[in-house]
Amino acid sequence: MSVERPVPEATIDSKPYWDGLKERRLLLQQCGDCGRVRHYPRPMCAACHSLEVRWIEATRRGRLYSWTEVHHPFVPGFRDEIPYVMATVELDEGVRLQCQMLDAASAGLRLDLPVEIVFREVQDGLVLPFAQVQNGILTDGASRP
Amino acid sequence: MAASLNGRAAVVGIGETAYLRGSDKSALALQLEASLRAVEDAGLEPKDIDGILPYASGAAVAEDFITNFGLEDVTFSATTPMGGASCVAAIQAAAIAVATGLCRNVLLPIGRRGYSDSRVASRVAAMPQFHVVSEFEAPSGTIAPAQLYAPMARRHMELYGTTADQFAEVAVTMRRHAMLNDNAIMRKPMSVEDHHASRMICDPYRLFDCCLESDGGAAIVISGAERAADTRRPVPIMGVAEGHPDSPSVITQRPEITRLGLAKAAPRAFGMAGVGPEDVDVAEVYDCFTWTVICQLEDLGFCPKGEGGAFVEGGRIGLDGALPVNTHGGLLSQAHIVGMNHVCELVKQMRGEAGRAQVADAEVGLVTGYGDLGDGSLAIMGAAA
Repeated sequence: MSVERPVPEATIDSKPYWDGLKERRLLLQQCGDCGRVRHYPRPMCAACHSLEVRWIEATRRGRLYSWTEVHHPFVPGFRDEIPYVMATVELDEGVRLQCQMLDAASAGLRLDLPVEIVFREVQDGLVLPFAQVQNGILTDGASRP
Repeated sequence: MAASLNGRAAVVGIGETAYLRGSDKSALALQLEASLRAVEDAGLEPKDIDGILPYASGAAVAEDFITNFGLEDVTFSATTPMGGASCVAAIQAAAIAVATGLCRNVLLPIGRRGYSDSRVASRVAAMPQFHVVSEFEAPSGTIAPAQLYAPMARRHMELYGTTADQFAEVAVTMRRHAMLNDNAIMRKPMSVEDHHASRMICDPYRLFDCCLESDGGAAIVISGAERAADTRRPVPIMGVAEGHPDSPSVITQRPEITRLGLAKAAPRAFGMAGVGPEDVDVAEVYDCFTWTVICQLEDLGFCPKGEGGAFVEGGRIGLDGALPVNTHGGLLSQAHIVGMNHVCELVKQMRGEAGRAQVADAEVGLVTGYGDLGDGSLAIMGAAA
Protein backbone atom coordinates (compact mmCIF):
# COMPACT_ATOMS: atom_id res chain seq x y z
CA MET A 1 0.00 0.00 0.00
CA SER A 2 1.44 3.35 -0.91
CA VAL A 3 0.52 6.46 0.97
CA GLU A 4 0.21 9.80 -0.77
CA ARG A 5 0.33 13.03 1.17
CA PRO A 6 -2.06 12.43 4.09
CA VAL A 7 -5.07 14.73 4.17
CA PRO A 8 -6.64 15.51 7.53
CA GLU A 9 -10.13 14.26 8.24
CA ALA A 10 -11.72 16.80 10.54
CA THR A 11 -13.87 15.54 13.37
CA ILE A 12 -16.70 17.24 15.22
CA ASP A 13 -14.14 18.25 17.84
CA SER A 14 -11.51 19.56 15.45
CA LYS A 15 -13.55 21.15 12.65
CA PRO A 16 -13.17 24.73 13.95
CA TYR A 17 -9.37 24.29 13.95
CA TRP A 18 -9.27 23.24 10.29
CA ASP A 19 -11.85 25.85 9.30
CA GLY A 20 -9.66 28.45 11.04
CA LEU A 21 -6.60 27.43 9.04
CA LYS A 22 -8.56 27.86 5.80
CA GLU A 23 -9.09 31.48 6.91
CA ARG A 24 -5.40 31.69 7.85
CA ARG A 25 -6.16 31.91 11.52
CA LEU A 26 -4.58 29.66 14.16
CA LEU A 27 -7.37 28.73 16.56
CA LEU A 28 -6.82 26.92 19.84
CA GLN A 29 -9.27 25.35 22.23
CA GLN A 30 -9.70 26.96 25.61
CA CYS A 31 -11.63 25.32 28.43
CA GLY A 32 -14.96 27.08 28.82
CA ASP A 33 -14.78 26.65 32.58
CA CYS A 34 -11.22 26.82 33.90
CA GLY A 35 -9.67 28.67 30.98
CA ARG A 36 -6.83 26.27 30.28
CA VAL A 37 -5.64 26.24 26.66
CA ARG A 38 -5.15 22.82 25.06
CA HIS A 39 -3.99 21.33 21.78
CA TYR A 40 -4.56 19.24 19.73
CA PRO A 41 -8.37 19.64 19.79
CA ARG A 42 -10.25 17.15 21.96
CA PRO A 43 -13.53 17.06 23.88
CA MET A 44 -12.46 17.32 27.51
CA CYS A 45 -10.29 19.53 29.70
CA ALA A 46 -7.84 17.23 31.49
CA ALA A 47 -7.57 19.69 34.40
CA CYS A 48 -11.26 20.15 35.31
CA HIS A 49 -13.02 17.62 33.04
CA SER A 50 -15.28 20.27 31.57
CA LEU A 51 -16.70 19.60 28.11
CA GLU A 52 -17.27 23.32 27.53
CA VAL A 53 -15.04 24.72 24.79
CA ARG A 54 -14.34 28.12 23.34
CA TRP A 55 -11.91 28.90 20.55
CA ILE A 56 -9.28 31.62 20.82
CA GLU A 57 -6.99 32.99 18.15
CA ALA A 58 -3.33 32.29 18.93
CA THR A 59 -0.64 34.96 18.86
CA ARG A 60 1.27 32.77 16.39
CA ARG A 61 4.47 33.38 18.32
CA GLY A 62 6.55 30.77 20.01
CA ARG A 63 9.92 29.12 20.45
CA LEU A 64 11.60 26.14 18.88
CA TYR A 65 11.25 23.15 21.22
CA SER A 66 12.89 20.59 18.95
CA TRP A 67 13.21 19.66 15.30
CA THR A 68 14.30 17.09 12.76
CA GLU A 69 15.56 17.50 9.22
CA VAL A 70 13.84 14.88 7.10
CA HIS A 71 15.87 13.37 4.26
CA HIS A 72 13.86 10.23 3.55
CA PRO A 73 10.29 10.83 2.34
CA PHE A 74 8.73 7.53 3.58
CA VAL A 75 5.63 8.20 1.46
CA PRO A 76 5.57 9.41 -2.15
CA GLY A 77 3.58 12.52 -1.25
CA PHE A 78 6.64 14.19 0.28
CA ARG A 79 9.26 13.14 -2.26
CA ASP A 80 9.38 16.62 -3.81
CA GLU A 81 9.76 18.37 -0.46
CA ILE A 82 12.82 16.65 1.02
CA PRO A 83 14.88 17.72 2.74
CA TYR A 84 12.52 19.60 5.01
CA VAL A 85 12.67 20.54 8.66
CA MET A 86 9.86 19.51 10.96
CA ALA A 87 9.73 21.94 13.85
CA THR A 88 8.13 21.39 17.22
CA VAL A 89 7.08 24.87 18.31
CA GLU A 90 6.08 25.82 21.81
CA LEU A 91 3.54 28.61 21.35
CA ASP A 92 3.31 31.53 23.75
CA GLU A 93 -0.06 30.05 24.79
CA GLY A 94 1.86 27.10 26.31
CA VAL A 95 0.84 24.38 23.83
CA ARG A 96 2.93 22.99 21.00
CA LEU A 97 2.49 22.71 17.27
CA GLN A 98 4.35 20.55 14.81
CA CYS A 99 4.88 22.03 11.37
CA GLN A 100 7.42 22.43 8.63
CA MET A 101 9.95 25.23 9.00
CA LEU A 102 10.50 27.73 6.21
CA ASP A 103 14.06 28.82 5.36
CA ALA A 104 15.41 26.50 8.01
CA ALA A 105 18.78 26.03 6.32
CA SER A 106 19.78 29.61 7.08
CA ALA A 107 18.05 29.85 10.44
CA GLY A 108 20.73 28.44 12.74
CA LEU A 109 18.36 26.12 14.53
CA ARG A 110 18.68 25.95 18.31
CA LEU A 111 16.41 25.33 21.25
CA ASP A 112 14.24 28.32 22.15
CA LEU A 113 14.83 30.06 18.83
CA PRO A 114 11.96 32.58 18.52
CA VAL A 115 9.64 31.57 15.67
CA GLU A 116 6.28 32.60 14.32
CA ILE A 117 3.55 30.68 12.58
CA VAL A 118 2.52 31.53 9.03
CA PHE A 119 0.23 29.76 6.57
CA ARG A 120 0.65 28.10 3.21
CA GLU A 121 -1.91 26.41 0.98
CA VAL A 122 -0.11 23.13 0.21
CA GLN A 123 -2.79 21.78 -2.09
CA ASP A 124 -6.30 22.78 -3.07
CA GLY A 125 -8.25 23.59 0.06
CA LEU A 126 -5.57 22.44 2.50
CA VAL A 127 -3.94 25.27 4.45
CA LEU A 128 -1.27 24.22 6.94
CA PRO A 129 0.72 26.13 9.53
CA PHE A 130 4.45 26.66 8.94
CA ALA A 131 7.11 28.03 11.26
CA GLN A 132 9.67 30.67 10.38
CA VAL A 133 12.21 32.66 12.32
CA GLN A 134 10.48 35.55 14.09
CA ASN A 135 11.20 38.80 12.37
CA GLY A 136 8.61 41.06 13.93
CA ILE A 137 6.53 41.26 10.79
CA LEU A 138 4.17 38.39 10.14
CA THR A 139 4.02 37.66 6.46
CA ASP A 140 0.29 37.28 6.01
CA GLY A 141 -0.34 41.00 6.13
CA ALA A 142 -0.54 41.47 9.86
CA SER A 143 2.35 43.24 11.54
CA ARG A 144 3.04 42.81 15.20
CA PRO A 145 4.87 45.07 17.61
CA MET B 1 0.10 -2.16 48.83
CA ALA B 2 0.60 -2.89 45.17
CA ALA B 3 -0.27 -6.37 43.96
CA SER B 4 2.81 -8.46 43.28
CA LEU B 5 3.29 -11.03 40.56
CA ASN B 6 6.81 -11.89 41.73
CA GLY B 7 7.33 -15.64 41.65
CA ARG B 8 3.80 -16.38 40.50
CA ALA B 9 4.47 -16.91 36.80
CA ALA B 10 7.29 -18.13 34.60
CA VAL B 11 8.23 -18.24 30.96
CA VAL B 12 8.19 -21.96 30.25
CA GLY B 13 8.73 -22.06 26.50
CA ILE B 14 10.21 -19.97 23.69
CA GLY B 15 10.11 -20.46 19.94
CA GLU B 16 11.56 -18.57 17.00
CA THR B 17 11.54 -19.07 13.27
CA ALA B 18 14.44 -18.16 11.04
CA TYR B 19 14.58 -14.35 10.79
CA LEU B 20 14.79 -13.26 7.18
CA ARG B 21 14.53 -10.54 4.61
CA GLY B 22 12.02 -12.25 2.38
CA SER B 23 9.92 -15.20 3.44
CA ASP B 24 7.52 -17.32 1.42
CA LYS B 25 5.41 -17.99 4.50
CA SER B 26 2.44 -15.96 5.65
CA ALA B 27 2.62 -13.92 8.85
CA LEU B 28 0.16 -16.37 10.40
CA ALA B 29 2.19 -19.41 9.35
CA LEU B 30 5.32 -17.81 10.80
CA GLN B 31 3.76 -17.33 14.20
CA LEU B 32 2.12 -20.76 14.19
CA GLU B 33 5.55 -22.26 13.52
CA ALA B 34 7.11 -20.22 16.36
CA SER B 35 4.22 -21.06 18.69
CA LEU B 36 4.57 -24.77 18.05
CA ARG B 37 8.27 -24.54 18.92
CA ALA B 38 7.48 -22.62 22.12
CA VAL B 39 4.92 -25.20 23.18
CA GLU B 40 7.35 -28.04 22.44
CA ASP B 41 10.16 -26.21 24.24
CA ALA B 42 7.96 -26.14 27.34
CA GLY B 43 7.25 -29.84 27.04
CA LEU B 44 3.58 -29.10 26.48
CA GLU B 45 1.14 -29.86 23.70
CA PRO B 46 -0.96 -27.30 21.85
CA LYS B 47 -4.09 -28.54 23.65
CA ASP B 48 -2.54 -27.31 26.93
CA ILE B 49 -2.86 -23.69 25.76
CA ASP B 50 -5.91 -21.98 27.25
CA GLY B 51 -4.93 -18.33 26.97
CA ILE B 52 -3.84 -16.35 23.89
CA LEU B 53 -2.44 -12.81 23.72
CA PRO B 54 -1.64 -12.08 20.07
CA TYR B 55 0.21 -8.95 18.97
CA ALA B 56 -2.38 -6.17 18.89
CA SER B 57 -1.29 -4.61 15.60
CA GLY B 58 -0.54 -7.88 13.90
CA ALA B 59 -1.87 -10.16 11.26
CA ALA B 60 -3.48 -12.76 13.49
CA VAL B 61 -6.15 -12.84 16.17
CA ALA B 62 -6.85 -15.37 18.92
CA GLU B 63 -9.38 -17.12 16.68
CA ASP B 64 -6.62 -18.02 14.22
CA PHE B 65 -4.75 -19.93 16.90
CA ILE B 66 -7.88 -21.63 18.19
CA THR B 67 -8.66 -22.70 14.64
CA ASN B 68 -5.21 -23.86 13.59
CA PHE B 69 -4.32 -25.62 16.83
CA GLY B 70 -7.84 -27.00 17.26
CA LEU B 71 -8.11 -25.64 20.79
CA GLU B 72 -11.34 -26.59 22.51
CA ASP B 73 -11.58 -24.27 25.50
CA VAL B 74 -9.60 -21.03 25.56
CA THR B 75 -10.58 -19.13 28.70
CA PHE B 76 -8.81 -15.81 28.12
CA SER B 77 -7.73 -13.72 25.17
CA ALA B 78 -6.69 -10.10 25.05
CA THR B 79 -4.36 -7.72 23.30
CA THR B 80 -2.07 -5.03 24.65
CA PRO B 81 -2.05 -2.35 21.96
CA MET B 82 1.18 -0.55 22.82
CA GLY B 83 3.16 -0.85 19.59
CA GLY B 84 6.67 -2.03 20.36
CA ALA B 85 5.83 -2.17 24.06
CA SER B 86 3.08 -4.73 23.38
CA CYS B 87 5.03 -7.98 23.72
CA VAL B 88 6.47 -7.19 27.15
CA ALA B 89 3.20 -5.61 28.31
CA ALA B 90 1.51 -8.88 27.32
CA ILE B 91 3.80 -10.66 29.80
CA GLN B 92 2.12 -8.67 32.55
CA ALA B 93 -1.36 -9.58 31.29
CA ALA B 94 -0.38 -13.24 30.98
CA ALA B 95 1.16 -13.29 34.46
CA ILE B 96 -2.08 -11.90 35.89
CA ALA B 97 -4.07 -14.55 34.05
CA VAL B 98 -2.00 -17.48 35.32
CA ALA B 99 -1.52 -16.04 38.84
CA THR B 100 -5.28 -15.78 39.30
CA GLY B 101 -5.84 -19.28 37.96
CA LEU B 102 -7.85 -17.96 35.03
CA CYS B 103 -5.48 -19.78 32.68
CA ARG B 104 -2.93 -22.54 32.95
CA ASN B 105 -0.71 -21.82 29.94
CA VAL B 106 -0.84 -18.59 27.96
CA LEU B 107 0.59 -18.26 24.46
CA LEU B 108 2.10 -14.93 23.34
CA PRO B 109 2.72 -15.18 19.59
CA ILE B 110 3.87 -12.70 16.97
CA GLY B 111 4.66 -13.06 13.32
CA ARG B 112 5.20 -10.54 10.61
CA ARG B 113 6.36 -9.90 7.10
CA GLY B 114 7.82 -6.48 7.91
CA TYR B 115 10.23 -6.76 5.03
CA SER B 116 8.06 -8.47 2.44
CA ASP B 117 4.68 -6.83 3.03
CA SER B 118 3.59 -3.56 4.55
CA ARG B 119 6.37 -1.18 5.47
CA VAL B 120 6.40 0.98 8.53
CA ALA B 121 4.70 4.15 7.23
CA SER B 122 1.55 2.33 6.16
CA ARG B 123 1.52 0.10 9.25
CA VAL B 124 1.61 3.08 11.56
CA ALA B 125 -1.10 4.90 9.63
CA ALA B 126 -3.40 1.93 10.18
CA MET B 127 -3.03 1.90 13.98
CA PRO B 128 -5.98 3.48 15.79
CA GLN B 129 -3.69 4.85 18.51
CA PHE B 130 -2.14 7.09 15.88
CA HIS B 131 -5.32 8.97 15.00
CA VAL B 132 -4.10 12.23 16.56
CA VAL B 133 -0.81 12.08 14.69
CA SER B 134 -2.65 11.10 11.51
CA GLU B 135 -4.95 14.10 11.69
CA PHE B 136 -2.68 16.85 12.98
CA GLU B 137 0.92 15.94 12.14
CA ALA B 138 1.00 13.58 9.19
CA PRO B 139 -0.35 16.21 6.76
CA SER B 140 2.70 18.38 7.51
CA GLY B 141 5.09 15.48 6.93
CA THR B 142 5.44 13.48 10.14
CA ILE B 143 4.43 9.93 9.30
CA ALA B 144 7.02 7.31 10.14
CA PRO B 145 8.45 6.47 13.57
CA ALA B 146 11.87 7.86 12.60
CA GLN B 147 10.22 11.24 11.99
CA LEU B 148 8.17 11.07 15.17
CA TYR B 149 11.07 10.07 17.41
CA ALA B 150 13.92 12.10 15.91
CA PRO B 151 12.91 15.34 17.69
CA MET B 152 13.18 13.49 21.02
CA ALA B 153 16.77 12.54 20.21
CA ARG B 154 17.56 16.01 18.89
CA ARG B 155 16.31 17.68 22.07
CA HIS B 156 18.31 15.23 24.18
CA MET B 157 21.43 16.14 22.19
CA GLU B 158 20.79 19.86 22.62
CA LEU B 159 20.00 19.63 26.34
CA TYR B 160 22.66 17.14 27.41
CA GLY B 161 25.33 17.10 24.72
CA THR B 162 24.56 13.55 23.57
CA THR B 163 26.56 12.81 20.41
CA ALA B 164 26.37 10.86 17.16
CA ASP B 165 29.45 8.94 18.34
CA GLN B 166 27.39 7.69 21.28
CA PHE B 167 24.57 6.66 18.92
CA ALA B 168 27.21 4.81 16.88
CA GLU B 169 28.44 3.02 20.00
CA VAL B 170 24.96 1.50 20.36
CA ALA B 171 24.72 0.50 16.68
CA VAL B 172 28.22 -0.98 16.55
CA THR B 173 27.69 -2.93 19.79
CA MET B 174 24.41 -4.43 18.52
CA ARG B 175 26.17 -5.44 15.32
CA ARG B 176 29.03 -7.05 17.21
CA HIS B 177 26.49 -9.12 19.16
CA ALA B 178 24.58 -10.07 16.00
CA MET B 179 27.80 -11.43 14.53
CA LEU B 180 27.73 -14.08 17.27
CA ASN B 181 24.17 -15.07 16.42
CA ASP B 182 23.41 -17.58 13.66
CA ASN B 183 19.84 -16.27 13.48
CA ALA B 184 20.77 -12.62 12.94
CA ILE B 185 20.17 -10.89 9.63
CA MET B 186 23.02 -8.33 9.75
CA ARG B 187 26.35 -9.99 10.42
CA LYS B 188 28.80 -7.88 8.45
CA PRO B 189 31.18 -5.90 10.70
CA MET B 190 30.21 -2.25 11.33
CA SER B 191 32.56 0.50 12.47
CA VAL B 192 31.79 3.92 13.92
CA GLU B 193 32.91 5.33 10.56
CA ASP B 194 30.45 3.05 8.74
CA HIS B 195 27.70 4.41 11.00
CA HIS B 196 28.65 8.03 10.31
CA ALA B 197 28.82 7.35 6.57
CA SER B 198 25.36 5.79 6.38
CA ARG B 199 22.79 8.04 4.74
CA MET B 200 20.79 10.52 6.75
CA ILE B 201 17.16 9.44 7.18
CA CYS B 202 15.83 11.94 9.61
CA ASP B 203 18.40 14.04 11.46
CA PRO B 204 19.90 12.99 13.85
CA TYR B 205 19.01 9.46 12.70
CA ARG B 206 21.16 7.92 10.01
CA LEU B 207 20.29 4.61 8.37
CA PHE B 208 22.37 2.69 10.92
CA ASP B 209 20.49 4.34 13.79
CA CYS B 210 17.29 2.72 12.52
CA CYS B 211 16.12 -0.84 13.09
CA LEU B 212 15.59 -3.45 10.43
CA GLU B 213 12.39 -4.50 8.70
CA SER B 214 12.18 -8.28 8.95
CA ASP B 215 10.11 -11.38 8.33
CA GLY B 216 9.76 -13.94 11.09
CA GLY B 217 7.82 -15.28 14.01
CA ALA B 218 8.47 -15.63 17.73
CA ALA B 219 6.39 -16.86 20.64
CA ILE B 220 6.57 -17.63 24.32
CA VAL B 221 4.42 -19.60 26.73
CA ILE B 222 3.78 -18.36 30.28
CA SER B 223 2.50 -20.63 33.04
CA GLY B 224 1.71 -20.28 36.72
CA ALA B 225 4.58 -21.00 39.09
CA GLU B 226 3.37 -24.42 40.24
CA ARG B 227 2.63 -25.70 36.77
CA ALA B 228 5.89 -24.21 35.50
CA ALA B 229 7.87 -26.37 37.90
CA ASP B 230 6.95 -29.40 35.79
CA THR B 231 8.31 -27.88 32.56
CA ARG B 232 11.78 -28.27 31.09
CA ARG B 233 13.47 -25.04 32.11
CA PRO B 234 11.11 -22.38 33.53
CA VAL B 235 12.40 -18.82 33.90
CA PRO B 236 10.71 -17.01 36.79
CA ILE B 237 9.16 -13.59 36.29
CA MET B 238 10.27 -11.40 39.20
CA GLY B 239 8.73 -8.09 38.22
CA VAL B 240 6.69 -6.74 35.33
CA ALA B 241 5.00 -3.42 34.53
CA GLU B 242 3.76 -1.17 31.77
CA GLY B 243 3.90 2.61 31.72
CA HIS B 244 2.12 5.20 29.64
CA PRO B 245 3.78 8.57 29.12
CA ASP B 246 2.00 11.85 29.63
CA SER B 247 0.19 12.81 26.42
CA PRO B 248 0.38 9.21 25.21
CA SER B 249 -1.23 9.74 21.83
CA VAL B 250 1.02 12.53 20.66
CA ILE B 251 4.65 13.25 21.52
CA THR B 252 4.52 16.94 20.66
CA GLN B 253 2.33 17.89 23.63
CA ARG B 254 4.26 15.84 26.20
CA PRO B 255 5.61 17.96 29.09
CA GLU B 256 9.12 16.56 28.46
CA ILE B 257 9.67 14.54 25.31
CA THR B 258 12.90 12.94 26.54
CA ARG B 259 11.11 11.01 29.30
CA LEU B 260 9.33 7.78 28.30
CA GLY B 261 6.50 5.75 29.78
CA LEU B 262 9.19 3.35 30.91
CA ALA B 263 10.19 5.88 33.59
CA LYS B 264 6.84 5.17 35.26
CA ALA B 265 7.01 1.40 34.79
CA ALA B 266 10.58 0.92 36.02
CA PRO B 267 10.09 1.69 39.74
CA ARG B 268 7.03 -0.57 39.81
CA ALA B 269 8.79 -3.51 38.16
CA PHE B 270 11.98 -3.15 40.21
CA GLY B 271 9.91 -2.75 43.37
CA MET B 272 7.95 -5.89 42.56
CA ALA B 273 11.15 -7.80 41.82
CA GLY B 274 12.90 -6.59 44.96
CA VAL B 275 16.03 -5.71 42.99
CA GLY B 276 17.53 -2.53 41.56
CA PRO B 277 19.37 -1.63 38.38
CA GLU B 278 22.66 -2.43 40.12
CA ASP B 279 21.56 -6.08 40.34
CA VAL B 280 20.92 -6.49 36.60
CA ASP B 281 23.41 -8.75 34.79
CA VAL B 282 21.99 -8.51 31.25
CA ALA B 283 19.48 -6.17 29.59
CA GLU B 284 17.53 -6.67 26.37
CA VAL B 285 16.42 -3.12 25.55
CA TYR B 286 13.98 -2.33 22.74
CA ASP B 287 16.13 -0.69 20.09
CA CYS B 288 13.97 0.65 17.31
CA PHE B 289 16.53 3.48 17.20
CA THR B 290 19.94 3.89 18.80
CA TRP B 291 18.92 6.85 20.94
CA THR B 292 15.91 4.94 22.25
CA VAL B 293 18.35 2.61 24.01
CA ILE B 294 20.21 5.54 25.57
CA CYS B 295 16.99 7.12 26.83
CA GLN B 296 15.63 3.86 28.22
CA LEU B 297 18.85 3.18 30.15
CA GLU B 298 18.24 6.54 31.85
CA ASP B 299 14.55 5.90 32.48
CA LEU B 300 15.39 2.45 33.87
CA GLY B 301 17.62 4.15 36.43
CA PHE B 302 21.01 2.86 35.25
CA CYS B 303 22.17 6.48 35.14
CA PRO B 304 20.67 9.95 35.70
CA LYS B 305 18.69 11.69 32.94
CA GLY B 306 21.06 13.12 30.39
CA GLU B 307 23.94 10.76 31.12
CA GLY B 308 22.84 7.85 28.93
CA GLY B 309 25.17 8.87 26.12
CA ALA B 310 28.21 8.71 28.37
CA PHE B 311 26.87 5.51 29.91
CA VAL B 312 27.03 3.54 26.65
CA GLU B 313 30.62 4.62 25.92
CA GLY B 314 33.74 2.57 26.48
CA GLY B 315 32.22 -0.83 25.85
CA ARG B 316 29.96 -0.78 28.91
CA ILE B 317 27.00 -2.29 27.00
CA GLY B 318 29.12 -4.87 25.18
CA LEU B 319 29.26 -8.52 26.05
CA ASP B 320 32.33 -7.99 28.22
CA GLY B 321 31.04 -4.75 29.72
CA ALA B 322 29.38 -4.03 33.03
CA LEU B 323 25.89 -4.18 31.46
CA PRO B 324 25.65 -6.29 28.31
CA VAL B 325 22.74 -4.97 26.21
CA ASN B 326 20.96 -6.82 23.41
CA THR B 327 23.15 -9.87 23.40
CA HIS B 328 21.29 -11.17 20.31
CA GLY B 329 21.87 -8.10 18.19
CA GLY B 330 18.54 -6.40 18.81
CA LEU B 331 16.15 -4.87 16.31
CA LEU B 332 19.11 -2.98 14.90
CA SER B 333 21.07 -6.02 13.73
CA GLN B 334 19.32 -9.30 14.57
CA ALA B 335 15.76 -8.72 13.32
CA HIS B 336 12.63 -6.69 14.01
CA ILE B 337 10.20 -9.10 15.62
CA VAL B 338 8.70 -6.31 17.74
CA GLY B 339 10.86 -7.24 20.71
CA MET B 340 9.59 -10.79 21.13
CA ASN B 341 13.09 -11.70 19.94
CA HIS B 342 14.37 -9.72 22.94
CA VAL B 343 12.12 -11.71 25.28
CA CYS B 344 13.33 -15.01 23.79
CA GLU B 345 16.94 -13.88 24.17
CA LEU B 346 16.47 -12.97 27.83
CA VAL B 347 14.95 -16.39 28.51
CA LYS B 348 17.97 -18.02 26.84
CA GLN B 349 20.31 -15.91 28.97
CA MET B 350 18.49 -16.84 32.18
CA ARG B 351 18.66 -20.51 31.18
CA GLY B 352 22.34 -20.30 30.35
CA GLU B 353 21.49 -21.30 26.77
CA ALA B 354 22.58 -18.16 24.91
CA GLY B 355 25.53 -19.78 23.18
CA ARG B 356 28.44 -17.54 22.25
CA ALA B 357 26.56 -14.52 23.65
CA GLN B 358 26.00 -16.06 27.08
CA VAL B 359 26.63 -13.65 29.95
CA ALA B 360 28.43 -15.67 32.64
CA ASP B 361 26.47 -16.26 35.84
CA ALA B 362 23.48 -14.15 34.79
CA GLU B 363 21.10 -14.18 37.75
CA VAL B 364 18.90 -11.16 37.05
CA GLY B 365 17.98 -9.88 33.61
CA LEU B 366 15.50 -7.49 32.13
CA VAL B 367 13.71 -6.90 28.86
CA THR B 368 11.96 -3.71 27.80
CA GLY B 369 9.40 -2.80 25.20
CA TYR B 370 9.02 0.66 23.71
CA GLY B 371 6.61 1.99 21.17
CA ASP B 372 3.35 3.59 20.26
CA LEU B 373 4.80 7.10 20.69
CA GLY B 374 6.41 6.46 24.06
CA ASP B 375 4.68 3.58 25.83
CA GLY B 376 7.02 1.45 27.88
CA SER B 377 7.03 -2.01 29.39
CA LEU B 378 9.52 -3.94 31.45
CA ALA B 379 9.93 -7.51 32.67
CA ILE B 380 12.59 -8.63 35.13
CA MET B 381 13.45 -12.32 35.18
CA GLY B 382 15.60 -14.54 37.36
CA ALA B 383 17.86 -17.46 36.53
CA ALA B 384 16.15 -20.73 35.65
CA ALA B 385 16.14 -23.16 38.55
